Amino acid sequence: MDYLPNILFAVILILGIGYFAKNISKLRRNIKLGQDIDVSDNKSQRWKNMAMIALGQSKMVVRPIAGFLHIIVYLGFIIINIEVLEIVIDGLFGTHRVLSGLGIFYGFLIASFEILAVLVLIAVIVFWVRRNIIKLKRFWKREMTSWPKNDANYILYFEMVLMTLFLVMNATDVQFQEMNSGNAISQFIAPWFEGFSESTLHLIERSAWWLHIIGILIFLNYLYFSKHLHILLAFPNTYYGSLQPKGQLNNLEAVTKEVKMMMDPNVDPFAAPEPGTESDMPAKFGASDVQDLNWVQLLNAYTCTECGRCTSECPANQTGKQLSPRKIMMDTRDRLEEVGKNIDANKGVFKDDGKQLLDDYITREELWACTSCNACVEACPVSINPLSIIMDMRRYLVMEQSAAPTELNNMMTNIENNGAPWPYNQMDRLNWKNE
Amino acid sequence: MSETLKVPTMAEYMAQGKQPEVLFWVGCAGSFDDRAKKITKAFVKLLNKANVEFAVLGTEESCTGDPAKRAGNEFLFQMQAVTNIEVLNAYEVKTIVTTCPHCFNTIKNEYPSLGGNYKVMHHTQFLKNLLDDGRLTIEGGNFKGKRITFHDPCYLGRANNVYEAPRDLIRKLDAELVEMKSCKSRGLCCGAGGAQMFKEPEKGDKDVNVERTEQALETKPEIIAAGCPFCNTMMTDGVKTKEKENDITVMDIAELIANAQDL
Repeated sequence: MDYLPNILFAVILILGIGYFAKNISKLRRNIKLGQDIDVSDNKSQRWKNMAMIALGQSKMVVRPIAGFLHIIVYLGFIIINIEVLEIVIDGLFGTHRVLSGLGIFYGFLIASFEILAVLVLIAVIVFWVRRNIIKLKRFWKREMTSWPKNDANYILYFEMVLMTLFLVMNATDVQFQEMNSGNAISQFIAPWFEGFSESTLHLIERSAWWLHIIGILIFLNYLYFSKHLHILLAFPNTYYGSLQPKGQLNNLEAVTKEVKMMMDPNVDPFAAPEPGTESDMPAKFGASDVQDLNWVQLLNAYTCTECGRCTSECPANQTGKQLSPRKIMMDTRDRLEEVGKNIDANKGVFKDDGKQLLDDYITREELWACTSCNACVEACPVSINPLSIIMDMRRYLVMEQSAAPTELNNMMTNIENNGAPWPYNQMDRLNWKNE
Repeated sequence: MSETLKVPTMAEYMAQGKQPEVLFWVGCAGSFDDRAKKITKAFVKLLNKANVEFAVLGTEESCTGDPAKRAGNEFLFQMQAVTNIEVLNAYEVKTIVTTCPHCFNTIKNEYPSLGGNYKVMHHTQFLKNLLDDGRLTIEGGNFKGKRITFHDPCYLGRANNVYEAPRDLIRKLDAELVEMKSCKSRGLCCGAGGAQMFKEPEKGDKDVNVERTEQALETKPEIIAAGCPFCNTMMTDGVKTKEKENDITVMDIAELIANAQDL
């Protein structure tokens, strides 16, 4: 017996999975660069959200056309991948269609894979047309530079090729066609290969089989470098998504301590701080770089698939301002990747590179254009919150740099002096009654 | 008219050793902005009509801190919040109603972790309750059959999932409620939130309030209904920009109901 193909298969499989695992551990490390945040509450609601939003695609169908097509590709992805199980067993043990012993059920499975494969192929072609021919506005915004555009197309090409290989593999499998069970689609493709000798057919079938599994492994490893990571991260991301009303912005605990101390007449402002209390204070208020954000925000950034629903709903973006919530997420991921590479290059320690998320990636003009309306948060099909990053960066600008626009400084001075954003006297607050 | 308004303060209630059933949080816009003051008065007229025992804080009220928080000044926000909470807790306030969705959101969601726990209602929710309890009746009056479109305030709608109370009230006026192409959870902002009210917008092609007003005009309304003093200002400005101020009025839901009854 010739074990060479089996060994080759095992090596490719181990390499493919090993490299992917290595990158996933890097991904975990990068996400953990974020600040800690307690998301251990309300587990049942969190599981429910994950089941509804990620597994059930509930927010995708808000836009019916894209939503419907996406569900086809999503179902195809999950269901057709059952076939990978068989491919792996066959590859490792030199069997052929090991699961065909299941009889009628096997036929049913493969038939449904074949039908889904065609539907996925159609959906993916429509997606490609929407991006490249119809040129839907949200795919051509400013932040959609060459890489994001190519990335999106590469994913579509990958899927087209994988689906085609799967169908060709079945169509040229003489034994499988003779079984005549499960070849729902491939029976119509098989005639295209009529006149080919059995050995040629076998060669095509083997090539398609190998290319299919190698393609899947390449695709798996492409994920880490691509926006396509969402197929994995959508699940944890919807689990860890906020459970509060969207209007609720977190209260900074460190500030609460300071404020309570200021308001407490019994506190001696000149007393030396008790040992250990100093460390409770954060290094800075708000966020100027990715390490200042919390890890859920960083997970958000890796989860973003750049669909642009947030940006297309954003009132600032709709009226031609620089702000794009999608760009906030893309910038956060790009900077986080840069920081990660910096750590890799410097033996596990981040070496200051003179750059940060603020200004080098996200400009102040973008940050100040936000109306905090939550349209982006509502629009995201996978519970990403771009607004929380915008707010944390505003906090840095105001509390660390006193760099608010002048008019906002006036507004804040008014609140401080007379308890209203305008220069009216607090003593006049009830005057309306007699006007 | 104004002499008939009964607006007791918490201090007056306290002096009599009594508690009102609800505190009316007027808010900065409702206290000082000329347009918003009319909303405040319309709401008070309805409270008076329904014999609601309410009180205001008057000169003891201060900004909730919302615009400071959204501008990034957490210190100033929490100073305001803690001060307000001290006042509210000293009066043992349990229930709060407000005509401003920003005050509503802040007191309801951001005060609890700072020690301020109250039942907070937007005035449209409160009016709806009065109606359901039979304490207030609504007649269509001059709004019968009029085309009214409702602009969802972000801090009432998306932020807190209140979409139906204002719409129920409009329907009670026997008016024809028409929806804009983006409404409810997909409603477009008026452009005032996140402290934008207090600054010039960033450079762009258009102002947000004009975009939103255009969406409202597409429904061919006679009235644009609002539930927020800031949205009201933005939409009023938008209608003026489109030179439609002679055909279309922007009114708060409280004003609609009060006007329908000739209050």
